Amino acid sequence: MFDRVLLRFGEYMVKGKNRGRFESQMLRHVQSALQSFERLTVTRTYGRIYVALNGESYDAVADRLKDLFGIASFSPVKRVETELDAIREGTIEVMGLFPDAERTFKVSVRRVWKGFPHDSQEMNHLVGSHVLRATPKLKVDVRRPDVELRVEIHPKDTYIYSEVVPGGGGFPYGTNGKAVLLLSGGIDSPVAGWSAMRKGLELEAIHFYSYPFTSEQAKDKVVELAKRLSRFAGRPLKLHLVHFTDIQTSFAQAKQDRLIITLMRRAMLRIAERIALREGALAIVTGDSLGQVASQTLSSMNVIGRTVDLPLLRPLVMMDKQEIIGLAERIGTYETSILPYEDCCTLFVPQSPTTNPNLRVAETVESHIPGLEEMIEKAVSGMETLKLTPDDTGAGLTGAGKNEWF
Amino acid sequence: MLYFDHCASTPPHEEVIRTLADVMKLHYANPSSIHRSGAEAGKLIERARALAAELFGTKPREWIFTSGGTESNNLAIKGAARAFRSRGNHLITSQIEHPSVYEAFRSLEREGFRVTYVPVSETGHVDVRDVEAALTESTILVSMMHVNNETGAIQPIEAVGRLLRSKPRTLFHVDGVQSAGKLALHPDGWGIDLLTVSAHKLRGPKGAGWLYVREGIGLEPLLHGGEQEGGMRAGTENVPAIVASAKALRLALESQPGREKRMYALRERLLRGIGGIPELAPSGPAADTDQGGRGTTAAPMAPHIVHFCYPGMKPEVTIHLLEKHGITASTKSACSSKQDKPSRVLLAMGRDSASAGGGIRLSLGDEHNERDIDQLTERLAAVVEKLKPLQKGSADRDV
Repeated sequence: MFDRVLLRFGEYMVKGKNRGRFESQMLRHVQSALQSFERLTVTRTYGRIYVALNGESYDAVADRLKDLFGIASFSPVKRVETELDAIREGTIEVMGLFPDAERTFKVSVRRVWKGFPHDSQEMNHLVGSHVLRATPKLKVDVRRPDVELRVEIHPKDTYIYSEVVPGGGGFPYGTNGKAVLLLSGGIDSPVAGWSAMRKGLELEAIHFYSYPFTSEQAKDKVVELAKRLSRFAGRPLKLHLVHFTDIQTSFAQAKQDRLIITLMRRAMLRIAERIALREGALAIVTGDSLGQVASQTLSSMNVIGRTVDLPLLRPLVMMDKQEIIGLAERIGTYETSILPYEDCCTLFVPQSPTTNPNLRVAETVESHIPGLEEMIEKAVSGMETLKLTPDDTGAGLTGAGKNEWF
Repeated sequence: MLYFDHCASTPPHEEVIRTLADVMKLHYANPSSIHRSGAEAGKLIERARALAAELFGTKPREWIFTSGGTESNNLAIKGAARAFRSRGNHLITSQIEHPSVYEAFRSLEREGFRVTYVPVSETGHVDVRDVEAALTESTILVSMMHVNNETGAIQPIEAVGRLLRSKPRTLFHVDGVQSAGKLALHPDGWGIDLLTVSAHKLRGPKGAGWLYVREGIGLEPLLHGGEQEGGMRAGTENVPAIVASAKALRLALESQPGREKRMYALRERLLRGIGGIPELAPSGPAADTDQGGRGTTAAPMAPHIVHFCYPGMKPEVTIHLLEKHGITASTKSACSSKQDKPSRVLLAMGRDSASAGGGIRLSLGDEHNERDIDQLTERLAAVVEKLKPLQKGSADRDV
C-alpha cells in the first residue's frame, strides 16, 4: 500500500553552515544502506530524503532504516493523484492501518501546490469529515491528537501519511571524525561503540586476545560483535586483532598481582593509541562505566588513562548496568555478549585487584618489565586486521556450518 | 499409493535429509566439548536456535530443543506445574487434547494437582467462556492445542491468550504440533508462554522438536544431568536432527501463507466430494465448505485435515479397504489408533460410542493437487459402495 518513505534528518540540522555537507553525506548513507533493494530510488528535497519503493517491501526497508544514524524519524507514505476523491480515499486507507479503537486524530493538509482548488483549511474539513464518517470511533482533537494524518498536495501527486517511526537518531556515520574502539567480548564495549557511532564517529575496533589462555571461541564472539556493529556503520568495519599473550604473561610474572589489571589496561591503551595514530583516528572509545569493576574506579581510570595523550571517550561512564543491558538488547549484541567464553581481561585476575592503584608504582613496575616497549611494538606490527560486514542470519552465526544446511 | 496421513507424519524434504546426513557425518563432536570441533557443533545448534527464533519473531534463548512433540508437551506441562506449585495447584486443559498432553495432566492429578478439562462443542471447539469460568485464583497453567489432531478444529488460542493477559500468574501453553507451518502462529503477539512444535509433522526428521519458553520462565526439568539447553533439558544434543529440523521449520514457515491458501482450496474440494457420498458424515460444522473449506467463524477448521465418520462401519475396515485402493488414511490419531476404543475426542464432541469409534482422518500434504483429491473422492465412493451391504443396520445386509 505504501509507495514511498519520507526520511527526516536528526540533530545535525541545527548546524547551519554544515547542513549541506551533512545532507549530501546522509543521502549517500541512505543509498549505500539500501543498495540491496535494487528497484528503489533515493532523492533529496527541501531538507528531507524521499525513498521511492517501486515495489520493494516497505517492512524490509523500514527494518534497515531503523538502524541508520542521522535519521530522526521516517514515515511510510501513500501516493495518490492530486484530486479530491482520490485524496479522500487514500486517507481512509492510511487511517485503516490503525486498529479500530477509540482514539483522537487531526488532519494537517499542506498545499505545496497553491493551484489546488481547495485551500488547506477547506481541505482539513473535507478530509476530516470524510475520515470521521468512515471510522465512527475516531474523534477530532486538534491539540493533542493520538494520530496526526498528514496530507501534502503537489501538482501531480499527493502524499498521505500518519505513522512516524523513530530512526537511529544522532549524526550520519563518520561525519564527526574517526576513533578506535576497545572491543572486548562483554556487554559494555559494543554498546559504547554503538553510542560513538551514533554520534557520527567512524570506528575501527581493536580486540586483544591471549590464545591459548583464551579460546578461539572468544575471538569468534568478538568477530560476531564487530559484524553486528558494522550493520550500523552501513559499510565494512575494521577489526584489529592484537595478540596479547606475551605482554600478559610478562605481567603475570611481575609478582604484582593486585596491579595486573591496571598494567594490562595501560598496555592496551598504549597499543590502541599507536593503532589510532596509524589509522588516523583521534580518540579511543572504551566501555568503562564508573565503579563497575576495579579497573573502573575513578582512581583506576586516572592511573590507566594517563598512559595516553589521545582523548578517551567513555560513552557509558555514567550509565547504570541495567540501562546498558537494555541498549545491548536493543542493538542486538546482548545475546552474543553473554556467551560464556572468557576474554583476556578475566584471565589471571587476582582475588582482590586494587581499586586504588598508585601511578608511580605502576610506572616503576612497567619500567622493570624486560622488553615491554618491544612487545608493545610487536603487538602492533603483528596484528591481524579483518574487514567485516553484517550477516543476514540475525544472530550472526554465518560461520557455523554451510548455508545450505539451514 | 496416495498418502493422506500427514498429521501422523510427513515425508521429509530432500534437502532436510541431506542436511541430516551431512551434519551427522561431519559434526560428530559433542557440542559441550571445549575443543574446536565441539565448539563448531555447538555453533550449529545456536544457529538453528537463532533461525527458529527469527521465524517466530522471538529471542533465541527462548527455544529449547527436545526429542519431539511428546517431550515438549510433557516438559511444558509437568515442568511448569512442578515449578510453580507454590503459586497454586489448579490446572486447566481441554477434553480433546493429544494423549501427550492429556496423559501428562492425568499424571499430575496423581501428584495431587487439580485439573479442569473444559468441554468442547459438537464441532470440537473450546468456548473461551468455559476457560474463563474455570479460572480460579490458584490456576497456574492453561494448556490448549491450536489445531486438534483428529478433527482439525482450530481452537481459540488468541482469545484465550487475551483472557490470560490480565492473569500473569497463569501460564499459557499451546500445543502447536498440528498448526506450525499450516497456520499463522505468533507466540509473542498471542500471549503464549510455552509453545510445542514438532519437526516430523512439517517434513523434518523424527526425534526432534522444540519448546518455546518465554523469557523469565524456569521449568522443572524432566531429565536431569548436564547443563545443556539452559539446564532445562540435559543430554547430549541431537545435532544433526536439530539442524535438519531448523531447515524444515524454515521451509515450512516461509511457505506457510501459500500452503494455507492452497490446502484450504483442496479441503473444500474434498469436503464437496465427501458430501456427495451420503453414507459419510463430515465432523466439522454443517456449513464447513461455505468459506472455502475454512469452517465457519464460530467453528474454524484447519486447512490440512478432513475428518468424517462412517456410522455403523468399523474404521479399520474402511482404512484397510482404502489401502487396497491405493489410499493411506488414518483412524483417530496414530498415537492411539491401534487401540479398539472409541475416540475420546469424538466422545467429548457428544458422539455416541458407535460413531465415536468410526472416525476417519484424511490429512493433506504439500505434494497433493486437485487430481489427487478427485482420485481420493472416487476411491472413497468405490469403497463405500463395496462396504454398504455390510453396514450395521443396513437394509441390504440380509440380502
